[in-house]
Amino acid sequence: MARIWKFGSDVNTDQIVPGRYAPYMLKNEDDLRKYPFVEARPDFAPNVQPGDIIVGGNNFGCGSSREYAPLALKLVGVGAIIAPLFARIFFRNALNLGIPLFTIDLTEQLQDGQQVQLDLATGVLTTDTGEQIQLPEPSLFMREVWQAGGIVPFYRQYGRFPGEVA
Amino acid sequence: MPQTLAEQILSHAAGRSVQAGEVVTVRVDLAMIHDSLAPGIIRLLHEDLGAERVWDVDKVAVVIDHVAPAATVQTATHQANTRKWVREQNITHLFDVGRGISHQVLVEERLAQPGMIVAGSDSHSTGYGAVGAFGTGMGSTDMALILATGRTWMRVPETVRILARGQFRPGVSAKDLGLYAARVLRADGATYAAVEWHGVDFLSVGDRMTLATLSIEVGGKAGIVPPTGAPAADLRVPDWLRVEAGATYLRTVEVDLDTLEPQISMPPFVDNVADLRDVGKVAVDVVYLGTCTNGRYEDMAAAAQILRGRTIAKGTRMIVVPASSESLQQAAADGTLTTLLAAGATIGTPGCGACIGRHMGVLAPGEVCVFTGNRNFRGRMGSPDAQIYLTSPEVAAATALTGYITHPQDVMA
Ligand code: SF4
Repeated sequence: MARIWKFGSDVNTDQIVPGRYAPYMLKNEDDLRKYPFVEARPDFAPNVQPGDIIVGGNNFGCGSSREYAPLALKLVGVGAIIAPLFARIFFRNALNLGIPLFTIDLTEQLQDGQQVQLDLATGVLTTDTGEQIQLPEPSLFMREVWQAGGIVPFYRQYGRFPGEVA
Repeated sequence: MPQTLAEQILSHAAGRSVQAGEVVTVRVDLAMIHDSLAPGIIRLLHEDLGAERVWDVDKVAVVIDHVAPAATVQTATHQANTRKWVREQNITHLFDVGRGISHQVLVEERLAQPGMIVAGSDSHSTGYGAVGAFGTGMGSTDMALILATGRTWMRVPETVRILARGQFRPGVSAKDLGLYAARVLRADGATYAAVEWHGVDFLSVGDRMTLATLSIEVGGKAGIVPPTGAPAADLRVPDWLRVEAGATYLRTVEVDLDTLEPQISMPPFVDNVADLRDVGKVAVDVVYLGTCTNGRYEDMAAAAQILRGRTIAKGTRMIVVPASSESLQQAAADGTLTTLLAAGATIGTPGCGACIGRHMGVLAPGEVCVFTGNRNFRGRMGSPDAQIYLTSPEVAAATALTGYITHPQDVMA
């Protein structure tokens, strides 16, 4: 089971990881895993478990192009992020890193702390009350990137961009 | 079919006619990386991607602007390593400490030109739209892939059109138009879209950059000002790039400049915008003039015009960080700089300054700052308990004079 971590609208990259905790400001880059939402939601980093799911409001990830924001989420093992709308650069960065993203508004349906199960292959999210929610179908491009574990491994493996004819 | 500027540029780069919504792989004309992210990008390029060289030594620009000069030994070491890498790779364009903010510098150096695709490791890379380029910000992985291949993937964006009519009144400027657009569109109003700014042919390339850099604050993937009008006369506009009647826009926002009032963005969100007149008396500790949005010569000159022969309020500090060495030289040459210093302002090294809260004037808890930059998120300029208001340089100067947020008209002669 995965836990739902719910956030509001317009979560920006400064909230996800403030600039002061940028990897190049840290002694050890691995320490980045201590800082997602360090100020905005201090209980997140110490408690999040691999596979947990973030459910956000509109415009999730707005703000700067800092890739260490989604990277911090990847390092702590966030299994998917679900929001009605993602900020563009965050969407790109998270997709490139291989974090599954689903564009759908579930802020009403899901509660913070709720336990769910997500089947990435079918896109079906099953809640602890047995409710099943079908997430929007990811594009081939996204699935190719997830399967390779990110766009870098994809490029290394195939020598082309996803969706491109080699 | 008539195309938007974004569709024209991406069609050209993809080598075929593309339309909004398609995902395409395109070639990139210019790639910019800056000191803050360069070390990570370089590592991704060599270690993760296994590439040995950048794809084209003339099409990569490295700018040391974010923490320049270095504030810590660690930063200095990263910058030294970056310089060494630039030499090893034989990269043509390195702009070192004091040259200025990447977006401004690449425009001044005429490296960014109309119709190009310019990708930068910085969200305000939309700024290259000031010259009619498709400028867009990307993360480290994308930048490393571009450095290796000269290509990137992109979803062809829809376009939101801002249609301005008329002329600014005294004390009102491009920043007010940009903030007004954020007020109408909100932070997500142009997500995945390009923003085209029409009706601003009279604006200098510098003022166009104010609009182009603010385009990201409404979620824009690019913010393009058509490269037309007298101030754009010396840009090299390709003949295939022009505004086409009948192009499809997602939405058009009309703005009447003749009646536009000074705008102010209140903490902690850029789209939390009101007419300046409707904000009560707010005492201000720091007035900060700078950034890629409003730190150019024209911004310093607009502030100097208000501050000439006067002194800033006791208890208020004014920090000016020019966007580039060229802006600073111009301000020094015509007395603008002297006017600012005589009024009690101080000056920092051209670059990003305290815009991302890493040096050169970070804010203490409880401090209130009037900032000509582009972001007022919690903690952006230092303490998460500081308050940042975004305004034009005119409002910033008027505020410095009185010590509280002030309408330029109330202090203009
Ligand atoms: S001035 Fe601020 S917004 Fe502009 S590039 Fe520098 S850090 Fe980014």
